[in-house]
Amino acid sequence: MLCGMSTDGNAAIEFRNVSYKVAGTEVIAGLNLQVARGETLVLLGRSGSGKTTTLKLINRLVSPTSGEVLVNGAPNAQLDVIRLRRGIGYVIQDIGLFPHFTVERNIALVPKLENWPPDRLRSRVQELLTLVGLSADLSSRYPHQLSGGQRQRVGVARALAADPAILLMDEPFGALDPLTRDELQREFLSLQERLHKTVVFVTHDLREALRLGSRVALMEAGKLVTVLTPNEFLKSSDPWASAYVRAFGDRLETAANRGTS
Amino acid sequence: MNVIHFMRQNYTQLLDLSLEHLWLVGVSTVLAVLIGVPLGIVIAHRPSFNKPVLAGANIIQTIPSLALFGFLLPVPWLGARSDRLAILALTLYALLPIIRNTYTGIRGVDPAVVEAARGMGLTESQLLFQVELPLSVSVILSGIRVAVVISVGLATIAAAIGAGGLGEFIFRGLAMVDDRVILAGAIPAAILALTADIAVGFLERRLRPR
Repeated sequence: MLCGMSTDGNAAIEFRNVSYKVAGTEVIAGLNLQVARGETLVLLGRSGSGKTTTLKLINRLVSPTSGEVLVNGAPNAQLDVIRLRRGIGYVIQDIGLFPHFTVERNIALVPKLENWPPDRLRSRVQELLTLVGLSADLSSRYPHQLSGGQRQRVGVARALAADPAILLMDEPFGALDPLTRDELQREFLSLQERLHKTVVFVTHDLREALRLGSRVALMEAGKLVTVLTPNEFLKSSDPWASAYVRAFGDRLETAANRGTS
Repeated sequence: MNVIHFMRQNYTQLLDLSLEHLWLVGVSTVLAVLIGVPLGIVIAHRPSFNKPVLAGANIIQTIPSLALFGFLLPVPWLGARSDRLAILALTLYALLPIIRNTYTGIRGVDPAVVEAARGMGLTESQLLFQVELPLSVSVILSGIRVAVVISVGLATIAAAIGAGGLGEFIFRGLAMVDDRVILAGAIPAAILALTADIAVGFLERRLRPR
């Protein structure tokens, strides 16, 4: 979907020495990070550590003060911002479904803006509803008629609608009850097994990070501390990483091995 | 000494004056919407314009209506026809509720919805027309509703500068010290205000997002 020559074989997203300042405060400082095609990179960190800003730097909801962000090898600052965003799925914690649109219109919005023919739109919506585990007759409902879990499923379906290669997820399951969260995490894993999207996933929950991530990027105070696989993370001697492991206690190995948490 | 009797006797004049009244209110409301809604949209997106614009509209609102009509009388093109002048004054008065409600309505749209829309790649105009305006339409309409009701009342004063409307009867009745004539202007004006209020209120409820 996104054009541009790839300079570096596998990186779907690359941060090159990216800094972002707001009113003199450094929100992101000298970030260097590569996200490989098809992997799920989890940005883990405390509130205010800069993980959401990192996410927004990718789809240019935020522009870096210095450095550059490459998407599919091309600096995203040089891409048309609308084309860039339409090629990247975006899911946020507050979901942000359009309350005045039915589920169907919510999901079909981007494909519709891209002028898909109506019958293709309709079949795509049905396909996506099935994909995220929702019944097809929900398509004519309004968001306020859905449960929290159903809403977030619609949010995920909406982000996947135009089949973007990249998916940005900002604490998508953070506001859900533990059972629904567990269910959605499990579905995310099985979805990702089939779709192989490049996913950047923000969370402050270590358990979720270990369970969903192929790699975990730990952030603290606007800096990238370390990037580790879930199993490396558990054994890491890095003080921040081990502080996390201590704070979350036992039974993390199960999460790292994709079991139920 | 019966108002109904007087109104029936002066049926055609009453109709003419009501239509004049409607014309003054209608045209000024349309103009105020055409100016006020875009202004409200602009200040909702550029907070630095918000204070001066709202302050300006506020100041206009504080000028006594009779004085405003008087001030505008010597203006060349305007003063030539008193209905133009009345329409301008009514438009100015209608601006504040319309600008303010447009601003409030758009600022009141859930930030998560706006962020999701931007993140999905909606252009600024798609965001405005598909998300922000549909979600604030009932707030904007309630501003228009207030503006219309104020205008119907204010338009009676336009008769003081010869712009016609139901104020003619009111002023004539005052001069003649005749309650019937005053009421023959005041009652239809009140009915007009109520009808407009109900009509826009109905529209407001119909268009309210779920």
